[in-house]
Amino acid sequence: MIAPSAYLLLSAILFGIGVVGVVARKNVLIILMSVELMLNGVNVAFVAAGSYLGDAAGGVFAFMVMTVAAAEAAVGLALLIALYRLKETVDITELKVLKW
Amino acid sequence: MVNGILDYLWLVPALPLLGVVLNGAIALFAERPFLLKEAGSHHEAPAYRKLVAFIAPAVVGAAFVVALLCVLSLASRPADGRTFVQILFPWIQAGSLLVPAGLQLDPLSSVMALVVTGVGFLIHVYSVGYMSHERAFARYFVYLNLFMFAMLTLVLANNYLLMFVGWEGVGLCSYLLIGFWYEKQSASDAGKKAFIANRIGDFGVLVAMFLVFWTFGSLSYTEVFAKVPLLRESGVLTTGLATAITLLLFLGATGKSAQIPLYVWLPDAMEGPTPVSALIHAATMVTAGVYMVARSSALFLLAPDTMMVVAVIGAVTAIFSATIGICQTDIKRVLAYSTVSQLGYMFLACGVGAFTAAIFHLMTHAFFKALLFLGSGSVIHALSGEQDMRKMGGLKKYVPVTFVTMFAATLAIAGIPGLSGFFSKDEILWQSFSSTHGSPALWAIAALAAGITAFYMFRLVFLTFFGESRMDPEVEKHAHESPWTMTVPLTILALLSIAGGWIGIPAVLGGGNLFEHWLAPVFHPVAAAGAHGAAAEVHHSTTLEIGLMALSVAIALCGIGLAYFLYRVRTGKPAEIAKAWPTLYDVVYHKYYIDEFYEWAVIRRIVNWSTGLWQMFDALFIDGIVNGAADLVRAAGDRVRRLQGGVVGGYAFSLLAGAVLLVGYILYRSVVQ
Repeated sequence: MIAPSAYLLLSAILFGIGVVGVVARKNVLIILMSVELMLNGVNVAFVAAGSYLGDAAGGVFAFMVMTVAAAEAAVGLALLIALYRLKETVDITELKVLKW
Repeated sequence: MVNGILDYLWLVPALPLLGVVLNGAIALFAERPFLLKEAGSHHEAPAYRKLVAFIAPAVVGAAFVVALLCVLSLASRPADGRTFVQILFPWIQAGSLLVPAGLQLDPLSSVMALVVTGVGFLIHVYSVGYMSHERAFARYFVYLNLFMFAMLTLVLANNYLLMFVGWEGVGLCSYLLIGFWYEKQSASDAGKKAFIANRIGDFGVLVAMFLVFWTFGSLSYTEVFAKVPLLRESGVLTTGLATAITLLLFLGATGKSAQIPLYVWLPDAMEGPTPVSALIHAATMVTAGVYMVARSSALFLLAPDTMMVVAVIGAVTAIFSATIGICQTDIKRVLAYSTVSQLGYMFLACGVGAFTAAIFHLMTHAFFKALLFLGSGSVIHALSGEQDMRKMGGLKKYVPVTFVTMFAATLAIAGIPGLSGFFSKDEILWQSFSSTHGSPALWAIAALAAGITAFYMFRLVFLTFFGESRMDPEVEKHAHESPWTMTVPLTILALLSIAGGWIGIPAVLGGGNLFEHWLAPVFHPVAAAGAHGAAAEVHHSTTLEIGLMALSVAIALCGIGLAYFLYRVRTGKPAEIAKAWPTLYDVVYHKYYIDEFYEWAVIRRIVNWSTGLWQMFDALFIDGIVNGAADLVRAAGDRVRRLQGGVVGGYAFSLLAGAVLLVGYILYRSVVQ
């Protein structure tokens, strides 16, 4: 049996990679993917905790997050396409109209 | 219904209020749209004018009838039971302050109510004729009815606070009616002047009311005056306190009744329509101060210092404004200064403790001065608005009714024996000589003022009605006697000016002095309880009284004779006199430069102070705080906006940093615990 801390460690590593991707990358598509990675990191933690505690709520919450992630991906990609049609770029550093 | 007609006392102020509502509706919903639409042209009289012309006098006439029936019912009671109080509804209840809205009919307020409604009714009728060419006809009568309501509230109130409501109400109506022709700068200025001068006095009344409540724990007349002897004995009501209360009340009276130092507004008030001058600024409102002093006689008698102040101010005002009246050329201004002077007589009477004489003179003055004003209005009406006596003369044949009635009033005010003014004025002169508060000096001043009064009144009559016409030929062509709505009130007032004094013929002339007996229950218990014998039961010989009477008549006749000599026999003489003493003439002609002095001594100072406060305090301090707050927010925003750089990565990093800090804090807290 694998120790519960190992699952949590995996979860933290996935989450950390996602965070670094969001902060460091310039391509909006990559950032969206990184966000998905963060969400999946959290999912791992949910499922592991649910299994360890014998509580189905953990699994249910993971499905919930997946649903939200799917919706988010749909909206995010739609915005991305609209953005690309307008600005012909997906580089986030180019998109800084919204400031004082 | 045990009190019969007296239970309907509330109708007396309520009827004019009904007139306000009805005429107000007409003014708002019929006259205003009409005037706005017509904007100047005046083709035919619209129908609503007839309705207004009926309602306005009718409600006042009905109020007079009700008041008369109430007074008759009151008179049928025994002398010591002639105080009827009708509580209408609880008005103010706050802690120990209980003020019901109540009416009180007693001999004093019944005289006032009859004079106000009676003379008021005649002037309403007169106004229908006088204002027939006026465009804002309904608005005028709304104000006039509102005035009647306020004035009746003032005289019929059973406590100081409700009286004060009426007191302010008449002040408001006075302001509205003086500034009735508000397109004219001088009229609107005069309205403001009257209002502000009155407000100065009202401040005194207000503080006096606080003191009365603080001392007596009540504001109702019956309670306050009943407690006077008790509190006097227990030492709560010291002479100093009584002096303070009465002096403050008197300050209010000087404002409302145009005495030195606040008289300056009354002559300017002549900018209003003439019937208004007659009703408000001669017969009723300006006598409110006298009424209040007489009403508070129980307090005044405890304060000999105040009594002296009242007497001296009254006497000085009487002679001071009489001398101004000599040189005025505007017919209404002569009458205005004459009113100030006559009000001075009333205060002189109050000051020497002769409250009955003051109220008596108030009543006769209401008759003859209202008549004089209405007569002058009739003259002005006949001359298409001319008010300058230098452009009159010889009017006798054009306006015979006006001439005869005005002449009767002039004889009355000059104190010719047998007419109303003689009895009341002579009573005051006698009391100012013989009363314990009186002195020969006061008598001498008052008698001299009486002579001057006779002089300037006959000057007015001679300049206006006698001699060669100095009228504009164009004006003279149109000179005509006034319609019956104006001449009938003149005639009735003339009869009252002649006979109105007969109810107060003094005992020394074989009269019963009914008037004094009627008012005795109001003033005499006071005299018995007060520290000093009031209306002076001091016994002087009747020969002295008759002698002084003859002397004052002689002085008045001298005044008339002098006026006859100067304005009928040697008509060039007045100009010569003016030339011989140019400085004196100039000073008197300019009303002793009092207006200019006030302008310099008070108004300039206040304006300068206000300008200083505006520029220093308001512009620098207040605006500084407001603008400073705005500047602070703007500066802070200028710093904070730099955080919004538009780089999404930066935002994400801040978010991350915030989350890390938050999680770190929570972890730290859980570890520490």
